[in-house]
Amino acid sequence: MEALKTTQTSDPNVPPPLSVPPRRSRAQALFAPELVRPALREAFVMLRPDVQWRNPVMFVVEAGAALTFLFIIQAALGMSSSQLSTGYFIALDAWLWATVLFANFATALAEARGRAQAESLRAARQDTPAWRLKGQDIVEQVLSSDLRRGDRVVVEAGQIIPGDGEIIEGIASVDESAITGESAPVIREAGGDRSGVTGGTRVLSDRIVVKITAATGESFLDRMIALVEGAVRQRTPNEIALSLVLSAFTLIFLIVVVPLWPMALNAEVYMQSYLGIAEPLKSLGTDVPTLVALLVCLIPTTIGALLAAIGIAGMDRALQANIIAKSGKAVETAGDVDTVLLDKTGTITMGNRHATEFAPIGNHTALELGRLAAMASIADDTPEGKTIVKLYYDRGGKPGDLTIPKGTEFIPFSAQTRMSGIDLPDGTVIRKGAPDAVLKFVKTQPGSAPVELQKTIDSIASQGATPLLVAEGRTIAGVVVLSDILKAGISERLERLRKMGVRSVMITGDNPLTAATIAKKAGVDDFVAECTPESKLAYIRREQAEGKLVAMVGDGTNDAPALAQADVGLAMNSGTQAAKEAGNMVDLDSNPTKLLEVVEIGKQLLMTRGALTTFSIANDVAKYFAIVPALFAGTLPWLNAMNIMHLHSPTSAILSAVIFNAIIIPLLIPIALRGVQYRPLGADALLRRNLLVWGVGGVLLPFFGIKLIDMMMVAGRMVA
Amino acid sequence: MTQYWFLPAALIVAAIAVSIPLSQYAAWIMEGQYRPLPVFGWIEEKLDSGPQDWKQYTAALLIFNLLLFVWGYVVLALQPIMPLNPRGLGMLAPTTIFNSVASFMTNTNLQHYSGDVHFSNFSQIFFTIANQYISAAVGFCALAAIIRAFRGEKKVGNFFVDMWRVLIYMFVPAAILSGVLFIQQGMPMTFQSTVQVNTVEPGAMGTDDKGEAKQQTLVVGPVAAVIPIKQIGTNGGGFFGANSAHPYENPSAWTNFITCLDMMIFPFTLVLMFGRMLRKMRHSIVIYGVMLTLMVGMIAWAIHYELEPNPGLTAHPTSVTYKIPSATAKGGFREIQVPSVGGLPVDQHLGNLEGKELRFGTVAGPTFAALTTAITCGAVDCAHDSLNPLTGLSPMVGMWLNCVFGGKGVGMINLLLFLIIGVFIAGQMVGRSPEYLGRKVGAREVKLAVIALLVHPLMILGPTGLFAATDWGTRAEFNPAAHGFSEITYEFTSASANNGSGFEGLGDTWGFNANPNPAPESRPWDIAAGLVMMFSRYLPIVAPIAMAAFLGMKKEAPYGLGTMRDDTMTFYFLLLGTIVILGALLFLPVAALGPLADHLGPMPFGG
Repeated sequence: MEALKTTQTSDPNVPPPLSVPPRRSRAQALFAPELVRPALREAFVMLRPDVQWRNPVMFVVEAGAALTFLFIIQAALGMSSSQLSTGYFIALDAWLWATVLFANFATALAEARGRAQAESLRAARQDTPAWRLKGQDIVEQVLSSDLRRGDRVVVEAGQIIPGDGEIIEGIASVDESAITGESAPVIREAGGDRSGVTGGTRVLSDRIVVKITAATGESFLDRMIALVEGAVRQRTPNEIALSLVLSAFTLIFLIVVVPLWPMALNAEVYMQSYLGIAEPLKSLGTDVPTLVALLVCLIPTTIGALLAAIGIAGMDRALQANIIAKSGKAVETAGDVDTVLLDKTGTITMGNRHATEFAPIGNHTALELGRLAAMASIADDTPEGKTIVKLYYDRGGKPGDLTIPKGTEFIPFSAQTRMSGIDLPDGTVIRKGAPDAVLKFVKTQPGSAPVELQKTIDSIASQGATPLLVAEGRTIAGVVVLSDILKAGISERLERLRKMGVRSVMITGDNPLTAATIAKKAGVDDFVAECTPESKLAYIRREQAEGKLVAMVGDGTNDAPALAQADVGLAMNSGTQAAKEAGNMVDLDSNPTKLLEVVEIGKQLLMTRGALTTFSIANDVAKYFAIVPALFAGTLPWLNAMNIMHLHSPTSAILSAVIFNAIIIPLLIPIALRGVQYRPLGADALLRRNLLVWGVGGVLLPFFGIKLIDMMMVAGRMVA
Repeated sequence: MTQYWFLPAALIVAAIAVSIPLSQYAAWIMEGQYRPLPVFGWIEEKLDSGPQDWKQYTAALLIFNLLLFVWGYVVLALQPIMPLNPRGLGMLAPTTIFNSVASFMTNTNLQHYSGDVHFSNFSQIFFTIANQYISAAVGFCALAAIIRAFRGEKKVGNFFVDMWRVLIYMFVPAAILSGVLFIQQGMPMTFQSTVQVNTVEPGAMGTDDKGEAKQQTLVVGPVAAVIPIKQIGTNGGGFFGANSAHPYENPSAWTNFITCLDMMIFPFTLVLMFGRMLRKMRHSIVIYGVMLTLMVGMIAWAIHYELEPNPGLTAHPTSVTYKIPSATAKGGFREIQVPSVGGLPVDQHLGNLEGKELRFGTVAGPTFAALTTAITCGAVDCAHDSLNPLTGLSPMVGMWLNCVFGGKGVGMINLLLFLIIGVFIAGQMVGRSPEYLGRKVGAREVKLAVIALLVHPLMILGPTGLFAATDWGTRAEFNPAAHGFSEITYEFTSASANNGSGFEGLGDTWGFNANPNPAPESRPWDIAAGLVMMFSRYLPIVAPIAMAAFLGMKKEAPYGLGTMRDDTMTFYFLLLGTIVILGALLFLPVAALGPLADHLGPMPFGG
């Protein structure tokens, strides 16, 4: 009777349930020392002008800092005509350099995090021995790094798969925990949609032949690692547009600041003659380092410093969710997605149907029907059969009632008969199967269908469930209701999608009636029933023609065209190589619901950029109120009425603004790296909220920040 | 108190009331849904060179303007030998001709000359009037092209047909209606150049050799033909040097009201036309609301500060001491003493009456000043130089922003630049890449918007800095110190905003070429202002057309829950915030050095 006990081991074919929170096993602490130290070093290396040149905003800061340094030298040589103290210049210059260093640090830290993330994945792919097939049966041992695309390798139980590839022969259970962090082994087999294997994973049982599809160095992981590394990092379209705007703002503020010098001169000349004094009257308005400081405060350094880090962090978040994006653009596009296509099976519903009810007919009780159905399913190893036995126990059935006498004959399911069952030695014949097949069988016994049968079957079908007829000899005992079980939490996730403004579409091979019912139960916005790969592709094209961006999940070779057509194609790592090549992201966990997470990661990335840009520009208002009265204190002292923060002195005002401008960068690194939290509130509410926090907050915060720094400098007697 | 606010309130209510039906009419005309009268239809057919894409449309627009430049230069240069010149007026200085031609071609109407002194009736008709109709229509056409491009149309219309429609179906009827009302109110309309009148007080003009009282010579002309289009086309170039403060150019309180309303109607209308033609009425109402908010704010600001007494006339009876940091002085500070000043015995309970046309009172001046600058008209009915320092800030802000209704077409276009940048930056905060009208705003669009936006501060701040630091500025300004700085700033602001109003207080008029005593620095002013006007006109028209074309080429995505709405209060605040913050960031330093220093300091109007 051992076989009849319901086992607790999870079915390797069923993806992990939804309730499991997304793993963040490899997520590091934000300022982990092992990341901060190299990042600090890198921050200095990145002072190289050719590196800064890539970021015009910070390049201007660096140029300004260098220029100010020349003024310090001039003052040190005693050649300065300025009445300002050298200490002021030194302090100013130190903070300008600090601004550049903070920016470099932010980028370096993001890169370090991304690299560490990737390294932990790469660790799985150290050089391993590989057994390459030469000719038909000759095996030679080579190193995994010597493998070329198209090589066939043999991997046996206990060995590590040497490279990404596709199983061409055999079936094996594979431990993919090195990549996914999921300890339960998965089944990979040749020929199906689960033929893809990843280098670095371990075969636990059996023997497979793998055809290598990506030479070392070209695999997805390598591409992903390149994406988070600065040198080869390609900027996404939106990031390029934003850096353009930031450069333009830099230019605009150059236009604002440069004419201030002659304008200040105008005031100096006039006031000197008005006061009738001999020596020239000087204000900070004609002091070049001070104007540099004003320029640096005004140009969007905050976002300029964090822009690269935000982009890298977005990729990093994808990587933390075990998604390998083939380009940064794919992550960004995910935020814009209007429609997601979700496969019913595996995404919206559990992988297989479950028996959920026994509907007896005639004199049979539910338990009796259950017993018959369970008897017929004892030898049935399909997931459906197992759930029937399980339901029988759940409904109070005793294992003793399922005793199978010797000589019992098992009739397995076949595509021809479309039913299965057992023939007991006492002549009892039990069958379960598709209604028409079982009916046909009953008529041969000979028996007949009870009148209420059709009604029962129809009502089950109309609920989106599948009826399974059970017959004992010539009598029909009743119907087992097989239902699609929605994955736990799927309705909430779909609701969340709807609130984000993303339309969900269920793709299924079911008939329209069943599909409609499940669609309604799950809460998807639309469904495509009796779907073929062609109709899926057509649906995507239709949506795109309406200007929408479409995301989909796929694993099979016949999904490849649709994956390629979709704007975001998330391929399952367990899927075929064709699917992985066609999509622009690969989920290492092979969890189709990941698509929803991908959308959120994309949205978070865009939102973080927008929020910090808004914040950066809104900050400037307060800086003006600090700097403008200070600039002209020497000539137009009545402008002190604009000094609403009551800053101590002109030089302390300017230093406070510059210091605030610098330290806001490291203070915002956590937000840049973690991202601004996305909430599915609907665009208008979200915009209102973010405008309040980052726009209005961005205007107000520096007033307090600059005042605080000024007070601290006065308290520390650091300013005259 | 109500008496002060009645005029602006009545004007705004009237402008709104007119703009609603007029926008429907304007959309109907620009969509070409009307059936032209036989003769007009024939002309229209001849003009129609076929649908143009954005490049062809822009090329047509630019070539047309080039021809306008040549035409203007020829007419003005030939003034001495042309008819309708009984006074035998000579040729203006070449730089002044360049400035005036640039000025009228760009719809600026900055006048470095005085219409009644320097222009014959021939020049008034064939230069002033012609340019005022045509240049005004250019901005209108550009907006129409942008709207069609936004709709995703490859062919954005035909420039010549658009020009014809605007002129014949909108400007001419409106101008005739206004003109008739003006003539009824006593505005001259004649080919005569001057009339001789006996002064009310005999001998007011002096006596001749025989001891008889001299007659006064008054300049007249086809005034009622110039003034309506001067206002309706938001041109602002007056027949007389005194512009709308002149009794012939603005004879009564009624004409003052109509004059103001005339400049408001088309800028108000075009915002709504934008919404009607795009079928996005709610969106355009939000834009309308933003503009209206800013306009009401600027009018209220101007009136509020103008009702204060003129600080140049009031006393500060005790001397004031200021401490300024100075490294060489003892203790690190130098003290400056501003001596006490006795006030002049002037009754100022009506506010600042200096420089006002007394027939209209204290309020009409700042109301007009705020309107004429928010809308890029540039007509004036008081001396802006004499406005209280803070009042003077209002017209400057109007021109700095240049999108508070703004000029016909161009004001709306300028607003679109702020809008695109606001949408691009803040729009991402909904978690999608930025979209406008359902289309993604990418690098190319935003680049064009920024280029167009950047021209304005560059053309204001650059030359202002240059002139402020050199003799060109300091020798031309009539008032020293902050007020003089305001005079310089205002001139370039007005030129760059294609506004044309003058703060004045600047020696920028050479006059006739033969003038023996021209203002010493008038040449640099002529040339610099002329160049500024042209740069600030065409780039901000061409770049937005290109931007709209590129945006229109993109796929239009339907609105969903996740897309940013452009017709909500949130969007209203987004747009308002973008304009206010960007405007402040660009111009706060010059505002501080000019009007604010003028107001806060001890030497109003330069002491």
